[in-house]
Amino acid sequence: MTTSTTGYKVIGTRPLRHDGVDKVTGRALYGADVQMAGLLHGRILRSPIPHGLLRSLDASKALELPGVEAVVTCADLTDPGDRIAELGEGAVNLKHLSSNCLARGKVHYKGQAVAAVAAVSAHLAEEALKLIAVEYEGLPHVTDVRAAMQDGAPLLHDDLVTESLGKPTGKRSNIAKHIQFKKGDVAQGFQQAAVVIEREFHTATVHQGYIEPHNATALWNADGTVTIWCSTQGAFTVRAQVAELLGIPLSRIKVVPMEIGGGFGGKIRVYLEPVAAALSKKTGKPVKITMNRADVFEATGPTPGSYIKVKMGADKDGKLVAARATLAYEAGAFPGSPLGPGAMCIFACYDIPNVHIDGYDVVVNKPATSAYRAPGATNAAFASETVVDELCEHLKIDPLDFRIQNGAREGTRRADGPVFPRIGMVETAQTAKQHAHYTAPLGPNPKAQISNPKFEKAGDGANLGFEISGLRVPRRGRGVASGFWFNCGLKSSASASVNADGTVSLVEGSTDIGGSRTSIAMQLAESLGIRADDVRPAVGDTDTVGYTDVTGGSRVTFATGWAAYEAGQDIKRQMIARAALLWGVQPEAVAYEDGTLRCLSDDKKRLTFKELSEKLHATGGTIVGRASVDPPGVGGGFATHVVDVEVDPETGKVTVLRYTAVQDVGKAIHPSYVEGQMQGGVVQGIGWALNEEYIYNEQGVMTNASFLDYRMPTALDLPMIDTVLVEVANPGHPYGVRGVGEVPIVPPPAALANAIYQALGVRMDELPMSPGRVMAKLLAKQ
Amino acid sequence: MPKKIHVQAVINGQPMDFLCEPRQSLLEVLRDELRLTGSKEGCNNGNCGACNVLLDGRLVNSCLVFGAEVQGKAVTTIEGIATAQGLHPLQQKFLEHAALQCGICTPGFIVAAKALLEKNPKPSEEQVRHWLAGNLCRCTGYDKIIRAVLDAARLGS
Repeated sequence: MTTSTTGYKVIGTRPLRHDGVDKVTGRALYGADVQMAGLLHGRILRSPIPHGLLRSLDASKALELPGVEAVVTCADLTDPGDRIAELGEGAVNLKHLSSNCLARGKVHYKGQAVAAVAAVSAHLAEEALKLIAVEYEGLPHVTDVRAAMQDGAPLLHDDLVTESLGKPTGKRSNIAKHIQFKKGDVAQGFQQAAVVIEREFHTATVHQGYIEPHNATALWNADGTVTIWCSTQGAFTVRAQVAELLGIPLSRIKVVPMEIGGGFGGKIRVYLEPVAAALSKKTGKPVKITMNRADVFEATGPTPGSYIKVKMGADKDGKLVAARATLAYEAGAFPGSPLGPGAMCIFACYDIPNVHIDGYDVVVNKPATSAYRAPGATNAAFASETVVDELCEHLKIDPLDFRIQNGAREGTRRADGPVFPRIGMVETAQTAKQHAHYTAPLGPNPKAQISNPKFEKAGDGANLGFEISGLRVPRRGRGVASGFWFNCGLKSSASASVNADGTVSLVEGSTDIGGSRTSIAMQLAESLGIRADDVRPAVGDTDTVGYTDVTGGSRVTFATGWAAYEAGQDIKRQMIARAALLWGVQPEAVAYEDGTLRCLSDDKKRLTFKELSEKLHATGGTIVGRASVDPPGVGGGFATHVVDVEVDPETGKVTVLRYTAVQDVGKAIHPSYVEGQMQGGVVQGIGWALNEEYIYNEQGVMTNASFLDYRMPTALDLPMIDTVLVEVANPGHPYGVRGVGEVPIVPPPAALANAIYQALGVRMDELPMSPGRVMAKLLAKQ
Repeated sequence: MPKKIHVQAVINGQPMDFLCEPRQSLLEVLRDELRLTGSKEGCNNGNCGACNVLLDGRLVNSCLVFGAEVQGKAVTTIEGIATAQGLHPLQQKFLEHAALQCGICTPGFIVAAKALLEKNPKPSEEQVRHWLAGNLCRCTGYDKIIRAVLDAARLGS
């Protein structure tokens, strides 16, 4: 396959998204917008304690309340036993999945679902929850990863035995799994090092923070079929999970993916869908359950808090010679943190001959963690990219030169095995180095000029921080960091029917979470030589489109786009055959170029796509192209970011002044949406770096489970986010596409930590780098 | 069940009657009683702005207003922003600038931005950022939203 980044007519343009008008006028229907006659409203009763045995549950008083129609508990789901199933998002332990939907005998975190009520109104359902009597026997809890690893820590699961390097150790503990990746000989490698830096890092639990809470509406029909309308990243995995949890065949379930209000990895596992279905079965009516915001924080997501130790060494010429890491990730209540990807990504930006990585997946009394945009990689990069910055400081090497020198290239082998094909890591560092941002002076301080009239007299040296009349002025710093994410391929399906007016109706299986209908439609349009607007894309439900994996892993534009491309090839072949029929020639005598069919033996015989479309009904019927793909050739994504900050040494508050994200995007199908992915990822990374965290009290209860207290970035907290799209075509895709959605969240925390170091001279080793933590470091230094 | 209250209000220019429980918020009334589901619930406590509507021209979080409070008042929701003549310039600019990804916060942003431009037709970037600080977006990083609003202001919407 040959791929290039130029010579396209549709790809690389910026058409308006096909679903845009519905979304700016409020007409688009999201999961919570589902309305139907006789709809009941469901609400979930949640555990008030972080760890305990469920002794008894009495719902009789709730059921006596007029308007309350049903209560369900785990007894209304099938008992899945201790079974692992492949449900389209990796292997899942069904016992854990089921307990996370409705607790079975034990609660493992505050907020875990215990029972659910269906009533004629949501308010009534909430009243009914208060009438359910539950008796808990509280157990000691543990919410910190390192504490949970200690001998003598409260054990979350009686039957959890640590698996080490694929084998059970026989030891009961909260450590579910120990993994290891090795390359070369690190002991020998460190002996060659002129500089060795070893540091420890902690990162807090953070949430994906999608604005739309989880929701599900289910109708268990009289014929035993179940329809579920919900907000999900993957209709087919919902179908598979619900089938297992309810013990009914896949074929009895139809999942209709409604528009989704953000997911970022957090809307793959089911929470409400099987519960709504169980309530519908009991009542014979459709049941809608929506979560409130506190439920979303306390019972969904989040992504792990972590402890990471990193040691890296470079020789006197600045060549990385060895790297060692230990990662311990909080899985939450049930095993399954994104430890593996974190461990695989931690040194993936670099070509290092000797690497040794150990990782530990650890259960704690927090919600079961979910994927979050490049899951595991952001924690890891915060640690490794901060150590790299310190190495550069000791070696007196420009951090971008260091990345250009040591960056992974085609042929570099990752510690976990794979050898990189053509990638753009080095190009991102080179582009960042040439960018005007990197060489711009940090500049005078406009805000200080307003608040402190004396500042202006201080001149340009002010940006490095000094005192005027006892007032300490804000200090500025610049930091850089890089990041890697694998990106995924996986399975996608699409079908496309040619309409008589020369347009094409496309049905594809990927939930559109950020404009992907359009990026997929554009690839079909490009392959057919028609306009993006002449393709009408729709996302199918599980009965109307072939199996398609989740919207995740930055795979949709790559893999579902590929399915659309293949469906286009299928249409082309059929259009050629039809033209051949019309012209009385063999198909080999027909060429299809730029949306026009041409007879090779008679130059006068030409039909545009539209002209031939008009003739289809009279010549044998319409043409439907279809494709189902599971493409190899995934192209990894690399990014290098530059950030300027200003830190107030009186308060420790960090303000982001300027941000530039450089990323190898392969080929940007719709550049605006690629930029949007980069900007959104960066800002989530900034929030993770500077404000966001789950704050727990001694009772194991999250004390900031609201948007106000969790405090994600607002428009006022940020500058514009500049993006630079480097296009190193992925040789594994017909249009050179690499996934773009995830890697932009990876560099920001480390880039910010490195900028804060330049501003204040203190190395941050804990996320978030909130004002209190920055002040603590600053005071410790003084 | 609590006795329902009879409320008369002008919703998107049209006089309407509805019944609501005293405890029902305006957001619930709009979504569940009037089926105007364009106003979204992100937090139900005034933190996110996804439910923004105009109440007698003033920007409010409809989750923090009781349905019964709008008696005799005029409510403009996202469904009332476009006209038969087409999209409002803000809606058009949101599309052109790709200022939405998942789109769940978009109705709130457009209603809030409309309120801003009615008050201050030529806002600076800082003023737009300040005004929209009550609207959370988790997808875009705000960059393209701010540009869309500034561009709509340039059009003189």
